[in-house]
Amino acid sequence: MSVSTPGRETEIRKLDRVVIRFAGDSGDGMQLTGDRFTSEAAAFGNDLATLPNFPAEIRAPAGTLPGVSSFQLHFADYDILTPGDRPDVLVAMNPAALKANIADLPPGGILIVNTDEFSKRALSKVGYGSDPLEDGSLEEFQVHKVAMATLTRAALEPTGLSKKDAERSKNMFALGLLSWMYHRPTEGTERFLREKFAKQPDIAEANVLAFRTGWNYGETTEAFAVTYEVAPAKLNAGTYRQITGNTALAYGIVAAGQRSELPVFLGTYPITPASDILHELSKHKNFGVTTFQAEDEIAAVGAALGASYGGALGVTTTSGPGVALKSETIGLAVMTELPLLVVAVQRGGPSTGLPTKTEQADLLQAMFGRNGEAPLPVIAPSTPADCFAAALEAAKIALTYRTPVMLLSDGYIANGSEPWLIPTTADLPDLRVEFASEPNAPDGSGEFWPYVRDPETLARPWAVPGTKGLEHRIGGLEKADGKGNISYDPDNHDKMVRLRQAKIDGVVVPDIEVEDPSGSADVLVLGWGSTYGPIGAACRRVRRQGMKIAHAHLRHLNPFPGNLGEVLRGYRKVVVPEMNLGQLALLLRAKYLVDVISRTKVSGLPYKAEELQDVFIEIVQGVQA
Amino acid sequence: MTAIELGLPTIGGLEGVPTTDEKQTAKDYKSDQEVRWCPGCGDYIILNAVQSFMPELGLKRENVVFVSGIGCSSRFPYYMNTYGVHSIHGRAPAIATGLATARPDLSVWVVTGDGDALSIGGNHLIHMLRRNVNLKVLLFNNRIYGLTKGQYSPTSEVGKVTKSTPMGSLDHPFNPISLAIGAEATFVARAMDSDRKGVTEVLRAAAQHRGTAVVEIYQNCPIFNDGAFDVLKEPGERDRRIIPLTHGEPIRFGAEGEYGVIRDPRTGTFSVRKVDEVGEDALVVHDATLEDPSYAFALSRLGGQDLEHTVTGVFRQVQRPTYDDLAREQVSAAKEAKSADLDALLRGKDTWTVIAD
Ligand SMILES: Cc1ncc(C[n+]2csc(CCOP(=O)(O)OP(=O)(O)O)c2C)c(N)n1
Ligand code: SF4
Ligand SMILES: [Mg+2]
Repeated sequence: MSVSTPGRETEIRKLDRVVIRFAGDSGDGMQLTGDRFTSEAAAFGNDLATLPNFPAEIRAPAGTLPGVSSFQLHFADYDILTPGDRPDVLVAMNPAALKANIADLPPGGILIVNTDEFSKRALSKVGYGSDPLEDGSLEEFQVHKVAMATLTRAALEPTGLSKKDAERSKNMFALGLLSWMYHRPTEGTERFLREKFAKQPDIAEANVLAFRTGWNYGETTEAFAVTYEVAPAKLNAGTYRQITGNTALAYGIVAAGQRSELPVFLGTYPITPASDILHELSKHKNFGVTTFQAEDEIAAVGAALGASYGGALGVTTTSGPGVALKSETIGLAVMTELPLLVVAVQRGGPSTGLPTKTEQADLLQAMFGRNGEAPLPVIAPSTPADCFAAALEAAKIALTYRTPVMLLSDGYIANGSEPWLIPTTADLPDLRVEFASEPNAPDGSGEFWPYVRDPETLARPWAVPGTKGLEHRIGGLEKADGKGNISYDPDNHDKMVRLRQAKIDGVVVPDIEVEDPSGSADVLVLGWGSTYGPIGAACRRVRRQGMKIAHAHLRHLNPFPGNLGEVLRGYRKVVVPEMNLGQLALLLRAKYLVDVISRTKVSGLPYKAEELQDVFIEIVQGVQA
Repeated sequence: MTAIELGLPTIGGLEGVPTTDEKQTAKDYKSDQEVRWCPGCGDYIILNAVQSFMPELGLKRENVVFVSGIGCSSRFPYYMNTYGVHSIHGRAPAIATGLATARPDLSVWVVTGDGDALSIGGNHLIHMLRRNVNLKVLLFNNRIYGLTKGQYSPTSEVGKVTKSTPMGSLDHPFNPISLAIGAEATFVARAMDSDRKGVTEVLRAAAQHRGTAVVEIYQNCPIFNDGAFDVLKEPGERDRRIIPLTHGEPIRFGAEGEYGVIRDPRTGTFSVRKVDEVGEDALVVHDATLEDPSYAFALSRLGGQDLEHTVTGVFRQVQRPTYDDLAREQVSAAKEAKSADLDALLRGKDTWTVIAD
């Protein structure tokens, strides 16, 4: 496919960044379209970030607002932090997609509409009294009306495919058109389509043809006077790939198994948005990964804990409702002091809530959602790619301290993607630990005492069945310090509760770092988890406007970094934006007696840099005044 | 009754578990923990039977694990000088499933009560059975909640007056054997705590079975449900009520062998008749190896909540691949097909390289 067009001059405009949103019916293949454009951008060397947004229903009624599915992609020639607040380009495949998304398109934005779906019936289905393509209501945008279905059908006529099958490829037409507009490489997509439909070569060719038709449409019609170029980004040297949070997390678990030289046992029960971790891990049994789809979350975590007891790296993956079911078993893991990695990919709550939307409202559940004093380390990755390192770190803590660890991802980073500087195995942390092999009784009796602690980590020995001479019994009843027999002694219980707390409080975590180019900001923004991107982007904007602001981001929520109190006290104001009603703020106030300003959002959608920027500017200006 | 010879090239329940030549005695299986059940509790007899039986398996003691839930019966692991986990209420099957799948070299035993297994843990129980994980399950049925001091349980007879049901319980009980067979358990047996020989025989058969083996043991709780099974123990009643099973033999019982079990050809249900009325040839010949669970299910229906009759012995013993064997096979097959190249996995298919400038 050639880029130059003989006989026709299109203007090429250079941009540093573009945000495109593909929106259509959930049956229109918008996620795939977005995914492919992302791969093209990645292959071209742009920095990028993506935000899929889809309904909880697999097939909500066609053509309705609840059935709209979209995929937003931000790509740039510099390092970006978010999928973008608003699209520069909106591709709307039907009236519902237009209606659901048009409010986000800024004036002057490019709107590409598939006119074929704009029938009277389809319009009235979503409450359009008149056709927005005709009534002038879209005047402030650069509207391109394209009969995508008709054009696709016509192009595919020679293939002999039915009308309906042919029309199904219209998403590839849209992708072809956008690929032409932004000078994207196309070989990857063609190769992808041929591989994806390898078993149905006629469908594969139809899709490739639709893709090329879209490209040629841009090239040959006069409708598009301008195309755009976004140069590759200057990322750090190295080899990159594009990765979603859930894939990165699954890879982190595989890597943890390899680096600990332990078999991995995943016990899990499907739940959005965590299921993809199960899907991914189930493909990697060659790494000694066993995946067990249990009858419920309780069995899932139980089996994982049973495997840990047997000397495997036990892992369980879920979302908020599943964490609630697992609580009692996680408490057993706290009591039996066995390693266990609990991955919670948060979604909107309470109850079933908003399964496909994002939220950070399970922090307190992770911290305290168990009976009794049952502390455990909590770690939150900040970006999709960061899920890899976070999973490795969580596993390392679980193995080193013999404790369940909660890894708190969320729907935003789980499904979002970004380029990832691929690490080499040799550079990954060493996770190896030793099983107990000999009697250890401090009284020299030659017995094995399961609750004798390592003086440094306070971890107890991991004595796996099959080890001669170490036969012992553990369980949920309180243990006598050292010996580990059942004990109802009041002083012993007091001591053991404090010991378990001290062990978690003593988990070594790195100091938190503050990003403040000015070095003299009065206002600190403290975030955790997936708000890293929007907060970082908002801070950049504030600084660009000549104001000073500092940003620090928590990966370790339990225990907090040792220097956190000092950092908090070093600023006149500390703002804590969260996608909940102030859960981290509550913890910070309780622990450090610092009057942090809590700013919250619980719409199920991630923060926009724009909205955070306004919040930050108001606070910075308030401090100055 | 002894372990059933199927004449098939099958692998036993203990395959892969290391054995020892050292002579073991019951004492080797007694832990140093003081046994804390109430005096006269049926759990003592079962514990003794298990401790006496284990040496006969000749396993390395360190490769034996007892996993339990919560209840009086679930204290069991503390008293066994093996590895043990006293877990949480109802979840022992789940924990044992993970352990058995991760470790083919262990002989894993689940100890549970009627409340633990059939109330709170009912879901795990049926799924463990359908998966046929290589686990041996001892279900202590005292038809009461012992540990919580005497509420009715899912095996209590309708109308039972307990602390929580002063006007009598309302809910229809489970027949644990029927439930297990309904879940297509591959090995199902029943024994009475008072019948040490019977307990040992079913334990022996269970241990050799590859797959989940459920053994229901009627257990007397002298404190909260004393005499629940007395009708099955009284000399005058015992013989006409208990129907012992022996593989390959006609189902016949009674002090003089005067009773037998016949099958209604129309409905497939079983009933008890006098042998001299129906003739010996009419009696059902017990075959625990029948694939179709309807046979064993029909047998299990011979006993109702009133204990008019109670069938003991091995109801069903069939071969089906175990979940844990299959799961390990998949991992091995994957390992054989593809090396564990982490760098290649992380790189994936589509990469691009940024060169330092
Ligand atoms: C989650 C939970 N709910 C309730 C209990 C209280 N509890 C402990 S044992 C038990 C019933 C035990 O009955 P059974 O399983 O028949 O055992 P038994 O004591 O009769 O041997 C109950 C309700 C508990 N420990 N955990
Ligand atoms: S309460 Fe009943 S079951 Fe529990 S120990 Fe006492 S006698 Fe045994
Ligand atoms: Mg009971």
